[in-house]
Amino acid sequence: MIKHLFRTVAATTVLALGLAGAAAAKNLELLNVSYDPTRELYVEFNKAFVEHWKQQTGQTITVRQSHGGSGKQARAVIDGLEADVVTLALAYDIDEIAQRTGYIPADWQKRLPHNSSPYTSTIVFLVRSGNPKNIKDWDDLIRPDVQVITPNPKTSGGARWNYLAAWGYGLKKYGSDEKAKEFVTELFKHVPVLDSGARGATNTFVQRGIGDVLLAWENEAFLALNELGPGKFDIVVPSISILAEPPVTVVDKIAQKKGTTEVAKAYLEFLYSPAGQKIAAKNYYRPIYPELADPEDTKRFPKLELLTIDKDFGGWQKAQQTHFADGGTFDQIYAPKR
Amino acid sequence: MSSKHSLVLTEAPWLRVVLITLTLTFVALFLLLPLAAVITEALRNGVEAYWEAIVEPDALAAIRLTLTAAAIAVPLNLVFGVCAAWAIAKHDFRGKNLLVTLIDLPFAVSPVISGLIYVLMFGMQGWLGPWLAEHDIKIVFAVPGIVLATIFVTFPFVARELIPVMQEQGTEEEEAALTLGANGWQTFWRVTLPNIKWGLLYGVILCNARAMGEFGAVSVVSGHIRGQTNTLPLHVEILYNEYNFVAAFATASLLALLALVTLAVKSFVEWRAAQQAAAARNAEPPASVGSLA
Repeated sequence: MIKHLFRTVAATTVLALGLAGAAAAKNLELLNVSYDPTRELYVEFNKAFVEHWKQQTGQTITVRQSHGGSGKQARAVIDGLEADVVTLALAYDIDEIAQRTGYIPADWQKRLPHNSSPYTSTIVFLVRSGNPKNIKDWDDLIRPDVQVITPNPKTSGGARWNYLAAWGYGLKKYGSDEKAKEFVTELFKHVPVLDSGARGATNTFVQRGIGDVLLAWENEAFLALNELGPGKFDIVVPSISILAEPPVTVVDKIAQKKGTTEVAKAYLEFLYSPAGQKIAAKNYYRPIYPELADPEDTKRFPKLELLTIDKDFGGWQKAQQTHFADGGTFDQIYAPKR
Repeated sequence: MSSKHSLVLTEAPWLRVVLITLTLTFVALFLLLPLAAVITEALRNGVEAYWEAIVEPDALAAIRLTLTAAAIAVPLNLVFGVCAAWAIAKHDFRGKNLLVTLIDLPFAVSPVISGLIYVLMFGMQGWLGPWLAEHDIKIVFAVPGIVLATIFVTFPFVARELIPVMQEQGTEEEEAALTLGANGWQTFWRVTLPNIKWGLLYGVILCNARAMGEFGAVSVVSGHIRGQTNTLPLHVEILYNEYNFVAAFATASLLALLALVTLAVKSFVEWRAAQQAAAARNAEPPASVGSLA
């Protein structure tokens, strides 16, 4: 009797809560699940897209945003966060969604130009104004008096790019994976805090004033430079860095279910349009069609030698297995140090 | 009761001064200063910017969601708390200690785990996820998940407040009411409830404060969709991470204000309860058997 009552109450509660949730969303809505530093980019881009879509179709659409560490966001989508599109920090996180849920076909990265990355970025150093520790290149990061801020590669996409850029430098300079590992090991001895996302790391460096150098997304570094305190920081461009390609894709199954496939596709294609490319460049992302963007914006990006994930690290699947999976090089260099 | 034979202070005056100064310094340093900082930061760009941050649509949605979650969680926990405290304080049954321990569970586990429980249960990879998806019911990363997580973390508050109050009162009054012919409902309504009302109110206030302020558990099940699944505390974090400090502190000041109101109501409730207890003692000299024992 009591058991029965309990079950009924539990069932009704779950149902009522569920209905309340379902009733909340009925208009044409798009959810973009993105990584940490793209907040400002997508605030501006969404506004432009909403207008564009209205002009094209007459439909009013609301674009919702969700931000967090790239790995964490992918996990949320796997656990049921109903993203129509994902715009994450690296391909591996989208691969993970594709593999674990089947919502996205395995060859998703071929669906849009340029590995489905409408903008790219790279990893640079942000140092305190005037560069008091005289940091010029990766080598300087392992000097005894230097503290480095970078987020945790297990949860942050940016941190994985940081890690691979450092590894790539080690590899080029010293010529072997062994030596590269030694260099990265030494580098991580200089890291006092590991935040879970890029934005957290920026706050640690900028707001809390910890560390001498922040390994940052180029866009994040520019943002800190220009919006947070002109004259407080300098950007240092290392001799070698990595070409970071943050990819985008439609989450097919969810978009189908919500009936948003068409608008979701248009949303991503709009990123490749002149308007999208302009907005990306304005928000410090390197547009893949620089000729479409404002030259004032694109001239801010310095030229440097960029390694690529596919050529230099054998693609994300391999890089993830070697470096960031359980027991990978990151675990080897970080765990036994206590 | 303890106020009857309060201790006579015998400490040296200097010690008293030192103690009081220490306490006040602590309070000023760790409570008042941060509070002042929140409010100054919030008003840094003037009252207008402050107001703008609060009436901004995403902020309003966060306020609405926080109020909704509290409006569902608090009444449910009120009913649950009274039932549980009633069962534990006035009845003997097997497994009572286990029940008490279980009620304390949400205090013992980290809020992050509390959130993860729901992701593991209702998430797409969880037990019920696929079934829920088939029936188009959303729990995690939607409002229901936030409500459930809030209920979970706040559920010990009312019960925990009531159990000692009820235990102290014993069952004599209820037994008397029953022998005089009252039925169960009358006994509860006329005898038990008036006796516990201050404890109950106190529990509800604490429960509400936690329901509105919860961060960890809610953060795990939220999905952080702006304007949809962000509660006030989560909204503060988002704004802060967007370097939007004025708005972050303005929103935080709402939560601080809530804390102040909670404190004021709490002090009032305590004061009323003490007053009533005193009045009751004066009114009937042969105090109830329970409190003498």
